[in-house]
Amino acid sequence: MSEQNLQSQTVQTTGHAWDGDLQEFNNPLPTWWVYTFYVTIVFSVVYWLIYPSWPFGKGFLTGFSDITYVNKAGETVSSHWNTRALLMEDLNKADEMQKPYFSKVAASDFGQISKDPELSGFVLSAGKALFTDNCAPCHQQGGQGVVGFFPNLTDDDWLYGGSYDKIHQTLVNGRRGYMPAFGEVLSVGEIDALANYVASLSGIEHDAGKAANGRALFSSETAACYYCHTDSAKGRQDMGAPNLTDKIWLWANVPGSDNPEGKIAAIRSTISTGVNKGVMPAWGERLSPEQIKVLTVYVHELGGGK
Amino acid sequence: MRLNFKHEWIETNIGLMLVLTMLAISVGGLVEIAPLFLIDKTVEKTEGVNVRPYTPLEMRGRDIYVREGCYTCHSQMIRPFVDEKLRYGHYSLAAESQYDHPFQWGSKRTGPDLARVGGKYSNEWHVQHLIAPRSMVPESVMPNYPWLATTLLDQSDVAGRMKALRAVGVPYSLTEAEREANVEKFGAEVAAQLHIADAKKNLVEQANLGNYDGDKAGVSEMDALVAYLQVLGTMVDFTKVNEDELVRSR
Ligand code: HEC
Ligand code: HEC
Ligand code: HEC
Repeated sequence: MSEQNLQSQTVQTTGHAWDGDLQEFNNPLPTWWVYTFYVTIVFSVVYWLIYPSWPFGKGFLTGFSDITYVNKAGETVSSHWNTRALLMEDLNKADEMQKPYFSKVAASDFGQISKDPELSGFVLSAGKALFTDNCAPCHQQGGQGVVGFFPNLTDDDWLYGGSYDKIHQTLVNGRRGYMPAFGEVLSVGEIDALANYVASLSGIEHDAGKAANGRALFSSETAACYYCHTDSAKGRQDMGAPNLTDKIWLWANVPGSDNPEGKIAAIRSTISTGVNKGVMPAWGERLSPEQIKVLTVYVHELGGGK
Repeated sequence: MRLNFKHEWIETNIGLMLVLTMLAISVGGLVEIAPLFLIDKTVEKTEGVNVRPYTPLEMRGRDIYVREGCYTCHSQMIRPFVDEKLRYGHYSLAAESQYDHPFQWGSKRTGPDLARVGGKYSNEWHVQHLIAPRSMVPESVMPNYPWLATTLLDQSDVAGRMKALRAVGVPYSLTEAEREANVEKFGAEVAAQLHIADAKKNLVEQANLGNYDGDKAGVSEMDALVAYLQVLGTMVDFTKVNEDELVRSR
């Protein structure tokens, strides 16, 4: 407080004094402030009338404002204003904007979608958003996967098949690849022979004698690799058993090593431990049929679709 | 009689000042929060909404979630907005956190909301992601939690923890009558999981059966945390829920 005020005593004090002469000024609030305060009180009363506000008995006053929306069954529903009703209304609006596209997606088959430039443009942009939210944490942003965990979706090598229908089936029901562990069933020598044979199929430097033994074992009843991977080792998509002749590796960390010995060791370890961690979640209940259709086309167009 | 009020009474009596200050600052809370306990519709009881308490393993997983401070970056509440629905799924219901003490709603989202993360990823992904997030999501800023996989879960106080939750209203059962009430409400299978006397047995069984951390030896903290993450947001069957009723209850 300024000297002047003190001296002229124009400002009232609150009336109490401490330690003899210690006093407090009582400055009135500025008028504009006081009136703004009154306005907020009036505002709150108006607000109470429009929006849900005061508790009342076992319920609450719902306010006089209404929201009308169309529910899933197509019925028009009216409700007092609340954020859930507001969401329903907003979803109606969003549907309205996307409907021309989504109903076209629902009505078209996969081939038609990818041929129609407008529709495929929509599918690629909507698919990218869906892929980022749901698939990228595993298959990575570009769909390139992670060796040892998640398959690459951009190449033309498919565990379960790269046709629209197969991809669609993968997305709706999920997949769970399984290869038994052979570490306890086969001897160390047998596994080494098989690893050399599998290496030979991808042109990795190997021991020809061992590979010949491995070839015989591969289609024998002892190891029975042929049962899932077929006699030619090209794989069986109905079992998710990969083609072992295409130099593409998912579980055996072959690319992780730059010498043939390391590469063969990686294959040996996959044969001994088997594969039981390839879990692709099912999306049939999480995503809508149209969203899954969009993703199917998106994955197909990532590069490797058949 | 006119009461000659003086500031001085309050200002010179610290006890009175304390009481009056408490009264003044609790008004907001009393007006906004207290009625929610009295309004019937606060916790949705619509068809399809039959949320159960956590099993002992999931409950311990939740403790680890809280211990590690996962809530400092993750919320567990999907707001009723279009963008949230598109990204995370159906908005969260009050019923879904009715057995959470304390709830994990939060508003800090350095990472995504986790209210419906259950079933979205595989156990393998969660384990790998918790040990080393950047091996799964290269641009992630989430810290590594490698010790979860190597630390055995402390099971010594499971029953005690369940009793504490029971004291604040979670229907874990101590008596036969309570167990039967749970059978009635949640079915026999769930009721068995909620029985405090069997807590340790149930915990170990679920961990062995689920093998969440991919390692059959012992029950690790990872087992518990992943079991918890995998159940988040999966308890309500939204195919059976009447949306209009949910709207009307707010
Ligand atoms: C029951 C069927 C089955 C049998 C039998 C089987 N496999 Fe497999 N194998 C699979 C499946 C399925 C996968 C892929 C697993 C996945 O994707 O989750 C696989 C993966 C592999 C891989 C890894 C390929 C990669 O991309 O990294 C190799 C190597 C392999 N098998 C070799 C063998 C050999 C050698 C044998 C015989 C000892 C054998 N498999 C027997 C089903 C089988
Ligand atoms: C939890 C991690 C995870 C998520 C999330 C995930 N996937 Fe997968 N996906 C996998 C795994 C693991 C496999 C391999 C399954 C196997 O080995 O049997 C796979 C396989 C696939 C396949 C089959 C590949 C082939 O070669 O046949 C497709 C297609 C696919 N995923 C697409 C998607 C799409 C689209 C999404 C998003 C909606 C998605 N995935 C989300 C883990 C995941
Ligand atoms: C420093 C902040 C931070 C902390 C602390 C943190 N996270 Fe995360 N979390 C993130 C970020 C950022 C992402 C998104 C990138 C990613 O997937 O790693 C994420 C993603 C996730 C996801 C995947 C969600 C989805 O839908 O894709 C899960 C599950 C998760 N975190 C669990 C946890 C758990 C459990 C803890 C505690 C042990 C934790 N987080 C602690 C930042 C954090």
